[in-house]
Amino acid sequence: MKLQEFHARRLLRDAGLPVPPWSVAATAAEVREAAAGYLAAGATRVVIKAQVLVGGRGKAGGVKLATTAAEADAAGQALLGMDLKGITVRRVLVAPGADIVAEYYLGAVLDRSARRILLMGSAAGGVEIEEVARTDPAAIVRIPVHPHLGLLDHQARRMAFDLGLAAHLKATSAVARGLVSVLLASDADLVEVNPLAVVRDRAADGSVMLVLQCLDAKMSIDDSALYRHPELEALRDLDEEDPTDGQARAEGLNFIKLEGNIGCMVNGAGLAMTTMDLVKLAGGAPANFLDIGGGARSDKVAAAMRLILEDANVCAILVNIFGGITRGDEVARGLIEARAGQSREVPMIVRIVGTNAQEAAAILEAAAFETALSLDDAAAKAVAAAGRAVAAR
Amino acid sequence: MSILVDRDTRLLVQGITGREGEFHALQMQAYGTRIVAGTSPGKGGQRALDGTVPIFDTVRDAVAASGADTSVIYVPAPGAPDAILEAVDAGVATIFCITEGIPALDMLKVVPIVEAAGARLIGPNCPGATSPGRAKVGIIPASIHREGRVGLVSRSGTLTYEVVQALTDAGLGQSTCVGIGGDPIHGLGFRDVLALFRDDPETEAIVLIGEIGGGEEEEAAAFAAEHMAGRPMVAFIAGRSAPEGKRMGHAGAIISGGMGTAMGKITALEAAGIRVAASPTQIPRLLLEAGVRAQ
Repeated sequence: MKLQEFHARRLLRDAGLPVPPWSVAATAAEVREAAAGYLAAGATRVVIKAQVLVGGRGKAGGVKLATTAAEADAAGQALLGMDLKGITVRRVLVAPGADIVAEYYLGAVLDRSARRILLMGSAAGGVEIEEVARTDPAAIVRIPVHPHLGLLDHQARRMAFDLGLAAHLKATSAVARGLVSVLLASDADLVEVNPLAVVRDRAADGSVMLVLQCLDAKMSIDDSALYRHPELEALRDLDEEDPTDGQARAEGLNFIKLEGNIGCMVNGAGLAMTTMDLVKLAGGAPANFLDIGGGARSDKVAAAMRLILEDANVCAILVNIFGGITRGDEVARGLIEARAGQSREVPMIVRIVGTNAQEAAAILEAAAFETALSLDDAAAKAVAAAGRAVAAR
Repeated sequence: MSILVDRDTRLLVQGITGREGEFHALQMQAYGTRIVAGTSPGKGGQRALDGTVPIFDTVRDAVAASGADTSVIYVPAPGAPDAILEAVDAGVATIFCITEGIPALDMLKVVPIVEAAGARLIGPNCPGATSPGRAKVGIIPASIHREGRVGLVSRSGTLTYEVVQALTDAGLGQSTCVGIGGDPIHGLGFRDVLALFRDDPETEAIVLIGEIGGGEEEEAAAFAAEHMAGRPMVAFIAGRSAPEGKRMGHAGAIISGGMGTAMGKITALEAAGIRVAASPTQIPRLLLEAGVRAQ
């Protein structure tokens, strides 16, 4: 689960990291008021950033600068309600503009494929780290972190020296250790500051100091660990997810919407992916990934069917169940229940094998469902049914 | 012969009084697996499975009294990492963790301890292993198997059943079928299981079922090219149609930054001389073409 920047900023600030002040605004008037405050306190400009969970906000026009309250108001009006990569901007973050001397990247990441925690740093800040990894992989400093010991002091110092931040040794080490602590404490996959910047900070007496500041914050949390972090679960942004995602979560279903028109209902993730693959191989396009899990009962099957049918693109449904813990007859009864209550008529191809497959077959035959024996056959029948439905439209 | 589980396996069931634990313990026992003990803290002294299996409060007590050498864990996710470590602490050699949904950081902490102790962990989020006609540990349905000489290793659950059924229908029996689990941070990997199959004279051919995400299929391909000469291998990779950046059910099944794609894995496997099926139903045919005999 990704966190919004303003939530991630707060978690980092609470962990003692140097995060400059910010405000969150939902209207242009609130943007103006926040901006006026920062400008009156001595900022020469403010930055206004769309709060959406997509990468590359700057390039997509989601970040604006303003030097007056009126400009900030206009920026707020432009950003709020704007469509940013398919997501409507509902909130913006307003912060004093920093006088940046140099930018760096620093992030702690749970690298699942390498099965370790990594602290990653780069002197090419402000650029997406994936981009740096592609174009100049040697420019990334990688330090593996021990899962029991956390980041050791000498490792944090090495990161500071390798980034050329010797002049800010203590501050850089503290940020590095802080990122790893936040990752470990909140079960995060990723805690990233980009840019981590050296900025000119003007004190009240007019003297100027160079200080290290976290000018952005990005975090995502391991979904499997949310059960023990209700305070983080509460930060989930329901506005930004497809309504079906929330419904699927509530029903304990694993659902991912895709672009095609053949709805798929399967038990097990590997088999669900395989079913999608075979639909594609047969010339069709899957409308979703849907794993109903092990031991699903008829009410869960009915809920899954409702979810599939909510997608207006769906014009055929393929049900593929390999009964192990899941009982085939339970699924068959769920399908009948679902069909009785469903909002529109869609051809359905059902394949149920394994535990109680014979009972399931009898139930399906009595209810006149179209069935298939092999997975290849089921995919071919579903693609044919979808083709007929499209032609009839 | 077979790998990991056999007639002489002495199995301990951790969480034997839970709904899942009890259900599957009965199935395993009915299959002929020797279940010598169960644990359920606070229920020590009672008996499970119609009075046939003694229950202990701790794994230490269970191992001391029963000589269990293998354990299977049906404990819910919040307690499962501790259950694994309890088994390690009691000296259990082979530990299967069926539990799904364990936080990644927990496994990151647990795996090095398991390895340092020299124990073998299979899973978590895995269906277990079955050596047909000998023993089954986990949740794989008994009915789909047939005794034989094909070894199977997979990251998936029901997809494994699909493939095993296809093998059985084609007369291709199995030596052992192992699910290593769908989580990215787990115990035994493809490579480890391939090495076990290599050392098993009765495993004549091997089926590997992979999926998108991570790099284990590529590692398995490199290992096979070097160490599996003379053993026909057939693979299947799920997720050819999966979009980038979406986690497809399993925590490990995600393509990110162009890494972990089905095509990348298929290319690596084929480069190692392994034939890759486009559909599960093709797997038996490819094995037969490679000279493996049906029984």
